[in-house]
Amino acid sequence: MSQSVFPVGRLRLRHLLGIEGLSAEEITLLLDLSESYVEQNRARGGKSSLLRGRTIINLFFENSTRTRTSFELAGKRLGGDVVNMSAEVSSIKKGETLMDTAVTMNAMLPDVLIVRHPDSGAVKLLSEKVDCAVINAGDGTHEHPTQALLDALAIRRHKKRLQGLLVAICGDILHSRVARSNIHLLATMGARVRVVGPPTLMPTAIARMGVEVFHDMRKGLEGVDIVMMLRLQTERMQGNFVPSVREYFRHYGLDYEKLSVAKPDALIMHPGPMNRGVEIDSEVADDVDRSLIREQVEMGVAVRMACLDLLTRNLVSNTGGAT
Amino acid sequence: MRYPDGVVPAKTPGGRGGPPVAYVNARLLDPASNLDALGGMVVRNGQVAEIGAHLAAAGALAAAGPAGIETIDCGGMCLAPGLVDMRVQLREPGEEHKETISTASEAAAVGGITTMVALPNTRPAIDDAALVESVARLARETSLVRVHTYAAVTRGLNGKEMTEFGLLAAAGALGFTDATHAVADPQLLRRALSYARTFGKAIIQHPEEPILSRGAMNEGELSTRLGIPGSPAMAEIIQIERDIRIAELTGGRLHFSNVTTAQGLAAIRNAKARGLAITCDTAPHYFALNEMALSDYRTFAKVSPPLRSEDDRRAVIEALKDGTIDAIASDHSPHDQDSKRLPLAQAAFGTVGLETLLPIVLELVHNKQLGLLEALAKITSAPAALLGLKEGRLAKGLAADFVVFDPAAPWKIEAKRLQSKSKNSAFDDRLVQGRVLRTVAAGIPIHIAS
Repeated sequence: MSQSVFPVGRLRLRHLLGIEGLSAEEITLLLDLSESYVEQNRARGGKSSLLRGRTIINLFFENSTRTRTSFELAGKRLGGDVVNMSAEVSSIKKGETLMDTAVTMNAMLPDVLIVRHPDSGAVKLLSEKVDCAVINAGDGTHEHPTQALLDALAIRRHKKRLQGLLVAICGDILHSRVARSNIHLLATMGARVRVVGPPTLMPTAIARMGVEVFHDMRKGLEGVDIVMMLRLQTERMQGNFVPSVREYFRHYGLDYEKLSVAKPDALIMHPGPMNRGVEIDSEVADDVDRSLIREQVEMGVAVRMACLDLLTRNLVSNTGGAT
Repeated sequence: MRYPDGVVPAKTPGGRGGPPVAYVNARLLDPASNLDALGGMVVRNGQVAEIGAHLAAAGALAAAGPAGIETIDCGGMCLAPGLVDMRVQLREPGEEHKETISTASEAAAVGGITTMVALPNTRPAIDDAALVESVARLARETSLVRVHTYAAVTRGLNGKEMTEFGLLAAAGALGFTDATHAVADPQLLRRALSYARTFGKAIIQHPEEPILSRGAMNEGELSTRLGIPGSPAMAEIIQIERDIRIAELTGGRLHFSNVTTAQGLAAIRNAKARGLAITCDTAPHYFALNEMALSDYRTFAKVSPPLRSEDDRRAVIEALKDGTIDAIASDHSPHDQDSKRLPLAQAAFGTVGLETLLPIVLELVHNKQLGLLEALAKITSAPAALLGLKEGRLAKGLAADFVVFDPAAPWKIEAKRLQSKSKNSAFDDRLVQGRVLRTVAAGIPIHIAS
C-alpha cells in the first residue's frame, strides 16, 4: 500500500463540518492522502514543513484528551503552530457567547480552527463568523467527521475495501455523533450498515438514514464484517434510558458469545474512551487478532494530517484567512 | 390610544371631534356580514357613519352627508376591518429590550392590525387585576392600536395556584392562559375550566404535553440527522385529547392555540362535532412552513410547538378550509439577537409575526385554498367573536378600525426592515403578495404606506 507520491486533489468545501454532503470521490481522496501520512509517520521521516507559518487553534468547549492531542500532533507533524484553548481556562466560562468567541478567535487570524462543542450545529454557527477553515471535532450529537474517516481508514487497511462490507454499529446510537458520521460515510462508500441497540437509545427515525435496525444484538451481529461499539454516554443522558449498567451489558455488551455469530474474521472497533464491562468485555477489547482499537488511534493522527493538508490547500496565503 | 406623531386628536379628520372623511371607490370586505362589493364608507367621530355600495362614487356622497367633506379614493383596493390578532407577546413589562407596547403597536399598524390581544407571559406575569389595569394604562399612553390582554391561569405561570379569575375578568382580562406552556395538572385544569365558566371566559391552552415536548424541533428524520432532541407530534395529540375530555367533564370553554398536527386537529374536529365548546387557532408559520425550514440549524424557524412535517402542514390548511380551525393569530414572539444567535438547542422559541400576518394569510387566497372573505374572517371577525369583542367588523355605529390593502402587490419580506424591535422573522427573504396601504384606528390613519 505504500505510496511515494501523495495524491493530489481538492475538497469543494472550505470547512469540514460533517461527512453528510461529501462525495465518494472526496472521501476516497481524504483516505488516500491519510494512507500516505500513515506511511510517513511510520517512517519517522522527520517533521514536514507543509504548514510552516500556519496557525491552528484547537478550540474545545467540551473535554477531550484523545481527539485534541491527535489534532495537536497532526498539526505539529506538518510543521504548523498549534494553540490549544479549552473552555475550562478561557472566557467562555465567564459567560462569553459563542458568537463573541468566534469573533475573538477570528481576530487572531488563524488558518484553521478545530472546534468541539456540546451542542449540535454549534460548529457550523461558528464557521459562519470566521474567515479561516473550520474542522468539526465533534458537535453535540450531530457529527464527528474525522472519527468516521479514521474508522474507514482502519477498516480499509484490513479489508482492502469498504464497498459491500456489512458493518454493525452497536450501543448508544441516540447520543452518538460518531454513529451519524459513520452511517453517512459507510452509506456513501457502498457499505451496508446495521444499527444495534435498545430502542430507548435509538433516534426514532434512524431507519430513514438508510440503515437496518436491530434490537437483538445476537441477530444484529449475524454475518457482519465489522462490529463498531459505541460508548454509553451517561453524561448526555437525562432520565431513564437503560435501567442499569449490568442489564445493559447483559444484552448489549460485546463479549465472545455475542461475537460468535459475526463472520469469523470480523473486526472490533471502538472510538474510545471505553467503558470496560459496560459496552465491551475487556478480553474482547484487548484481543490483538480482532480488535482495531489501538490502530484507530494511530489512524486518527494520519487522517487529521490529511484534513489539515487538504483544507489548507484551499487557503490562498499563510498570513491568515481564506478568500 | 396614542396617536401617530403625537398629533392632537381633537381636529383630526375622521377622529373624535374632527370633520368626517369619506373613503370611496373601495372593495368593501366585511366577513361578519358577508359583504364583498365596491362601495364607500363615511367615517365620523372615530366611528363608521355610513357604509355601503351606494357610496361607491364620490358623487353619491352628497346624499349621504354634508357636501365638500374630505374624500379619499381607494382606487378599487380592498377595505376590510382592521385585523384582530388574538395572540401577541408584547414583552412589556420586563423585557423592553425585545419589544415594547409602543414598538409592537407600530409593527401592528404596518401590518394592518388594529387590535392585539397580549399573552400574560411578561415579567411579572399578568396574574393580578392591578397588572391588567397597568397594561391597559400603558397601552392608552403608548399604543397606536387597541390592546387587550389575557390573564394567567396560575400565579406567576407556576402551574400550581389559580389566579383570581373574577377580579381579573372584571379588570378586563379576555380569557385565561399560561401562555407558552400548557396547564399540565389535570385537576387544576378541571377547576380552571369550571371556574372560568362562571365569568363566561375560555381557558386558552398551549397544545403540548410539557414533558414529552422538551425537544427543540419536530421529532423525525431531520431531527435525527441534525442530532437535535425532538418533540414528537404525539405530545400535542396527547394534550389535546386529554384536555378535550377534561373540558367535557366540566362543560367549560376550551380554546387551543397554535394547533399544528393532523391528529390533534382530527380530535378537535371530532369534539366540535359532538357539540363541545372547543375552539382553536393556528399561526401563519404552521401552514406556510414545515420542519425543513430548520435544516440549516436556522434558529429563526424554532417555534413552539415546532414546525411539523409536510403532511401536518397540509392538514392545517384542510382544517382552515373546513372550519376546524376558527382563527389565525400571528403568535408574535419577539427575541433579540442574543436569544437567537445560539446553537439550535439553546435558542429561544418564536418568530415575530405582526407585519407578515396579512400577506401570509393571503397566500391561502392566492393558492385558492380559501376565499378572500373566508381568509379575512380568520383574522378579523372570528377571533373577535371568540373573545367577545366588538372589533373585527365594519358596521354603522362601530369604531372605524380598518385596513386598506392591495391584495396582489408583490414584495419581499426583509427581517431587517421590520418595525418590530426584534427582527427574528421565520419569513425573512420570503416573496409574498399583499400590501397594507393604510391602517386606520378609531377613524385616524395610523399607517400610510409610502
